[in-house]
Amino acid sequence: MRFILRRLGFYLIAFWASITLNFLLPRFMPGDPVSRMFARTQGKMQPEQIEALRKMLGVDTRPLWEQYVDYMHNILTGQMGVSISRFPTPVTEVIASQIGWTLLLGGTALVFAAIIGNLLGILAAWRRGGAIDSALPPLLIFIGSFPYFWLAMGALYLFGVVLGWFPIRHAFTDGLEPAFTWEFIGDVGAHLVLPALTIVLVSIGGWMLGMRNTMIATNAEDYITMAEAKGLRPGRVMLRYAARNAMLPSVTSFGMSLGFVVGGAMLTEVVFAYPGVGYQLLNAVQGLDYPLMQGLFLTITAAVLLANFLVDILYVRLDPRVRSN
Amino acid sequence: MTTAILKQPTEPTEPTAARKPNRSFVHGLITNKKALVGIIVMLVFIALAFLAPVLFPGDPSRITAMASLEPSPEHWLGTTAKGQDVLALTVHGSRSSLFVGLTVGFASTFIGILVGLASAYFGKFIDEALSLVTNVFLLLPGLPLLVILAAFLPPGLGTVILVLVVTGWAGSARVLRSQALSIRSKDFVAAAVVSGERAGRIMFREILPNMASIVMGTLLGCVIYGIGAQAGLEFLGLGDVSTVSWGNNLFWAGNEGALLTGSWWVFVPSGVCIALVAFALALINYAVDEVTNPRLRKIKNPKNTERSAAK
Repeated sequence: MRFILRRLGFYLIAFWASITLNFLLPRFMPGDPVSRMFARTQGKMQPEQIEALRKMLGVDTRPLWEQYVDYMHNILTGQMGVSISRFPTPVTEVIASQIGWTLLLGGTALVFAAIIGNLLGILAAWRRGGAIDSALPPLLIFIGSFPYFWLAMGALYLFGVVLGWFPIRHAFTDGLEPAFTWEFIGDVGAHLVLPALTIVLVSIGGWMLGMRNTMIATNAEDYITMAEAKGLRPGRVMLRYAARNAMLPSVTSFGMSLGFVVGGAMLTEVVFAYPGVGYQLLNAVQGLDYPLMQGLFLTITAAVLLANFLVDILYVRLDPRVRSN
Repeated sequence: MTTAILKQPTEPTEPTAARKPNRSFVHGLITNKKALVGIIVMLVFIALAFLAPVLFPGDPSRITAMASLEPSPEHWLGTTAKGQDVLALTVHGSRSSLFVGLTVGFASTFIGILVGLASAYFGKFIDEALSLVTNVFLLLPGLPLLVILAAFLPPGLGTVILVLVVTGWAGSARVLRSQALSIRSKDFVAAAVVSGERAGRIMFREILPNMASIVMGTLLGCVIYGIGAQAGLEFLGLGDVSTVSWGNNLFWAGNEGALLTGSWWVFVPSGVCIALVAFALALINYAVDEVTNPRLRKIKNPKNTERSAAK
């Protein structure tokens, strides 16, 4: 319990740091964001909106600590202001409509990469020096050297433009009404293939190598020799005895990657114009939509911190050794 | 290549770091196949970066009428939608990309050394505080933080470097701290403390030289991070779009619809260059591990080679 409370304290500090960063950045940067935004929206903004924005972005004459208290209060009560590029939609509403797509893309990619990567790792370790073990690691390291958005561009070009197998942008075909019909789900699935595939391709190497290395250590344990000596089927020894005990580090990295699901797919979302929070963050930056930008950053940070905290709790359950120290 | 890296005037540490293991280390590196390939690739890129103005004189981003040409004997890698020669853009791009990558790499490693050593040496409250800051930076989502910082700062090369260092130092600080901690507990450090040597001297003269290989590994990792992250940032249009670099080349390729018009030659070269540099640095990194860690080097028995093969 003490361990969990300590971790909770740490995550609260981390979240406080990101809120404070959000508060300080516009106040200490050169230039006046509000005038820039006002020029951009060409007078669409109401005077009281401008006033609220000035307060939010620190063009404010009150003492700094008073603004800070105000800002913290607003964030903690979920008031992140109004989006400029989608005026007058509140920031929270914009984010709520986008985050589902990010979770879908990142979650699908993470699950596939983890399952395939771990299986490959198990097989590679089980047949040391075999075809999988000698050919895949260098290949995956080389693929991992490419910027992942570049692989996304390549996949888009090859499978989308040249071969035309998959749609090349957005999460579903324009004009299609979102609904739980087979037609819509199939359409979303088709749009999901390419972006998810490129993330899987880049991250699979890490899963495979991690699993392979722990698995090799496990394979040397006495109980494996024992199981083999008992004459159990190799497949059973491999999965039930070796792989099962080598899973713990993979479970941890799975949890850690949960956090990156939200912020990690950003460039892929941009390449495929996939309507998630990453793509939205870029749009907000380009449109000088500061409230939306800050709201997105806080949401992504909160998601990352929450995921990591959940992993910590899970880890205490899985590995009693953590509790003692 | 390695000596070129070591001679950069960023750290007061290099002479001491290179002092003892120098000859056998360099010899070990150039006789290691992985390192040799990596070093040669890096040397080629560095040569290209220096020779770019000679090989392709004039402004590579000058707009001409020969738009979207396929690769041909006149334009080996074709031209962009604005009629720029892709090969010239790629060769010139190596200058900014390598420069930013190396600067970011050295600066973040330097901060990592300072924070890691101070953390390990002083311990107690200083360690707690520095570790807390490090862990917070490690946890904040890197790319979104990069984007939001870049959005608020005025665009330019300095901003890109600053932003990448701010988001990139924490990882190396953590690695270097744990290594420094184990050396901190050795007897010769205790002896130095008892004999009244100054803290700075103990940290940089006694502890740091014993971490040379891990500092080297961290440095290479940070350079790879710097090159990749710069490319990502610029691809989003958040760098200085007026400079020619691999990331900006990809940004313009995306912006001018190279993918949709089928001009694959516009976006392939810069991406391949980034990958080649990252792969070459990774190879050197594995080789440094092998050369400095005898356990990885001498083993002939395939049963025990997992670390070298896996990494």
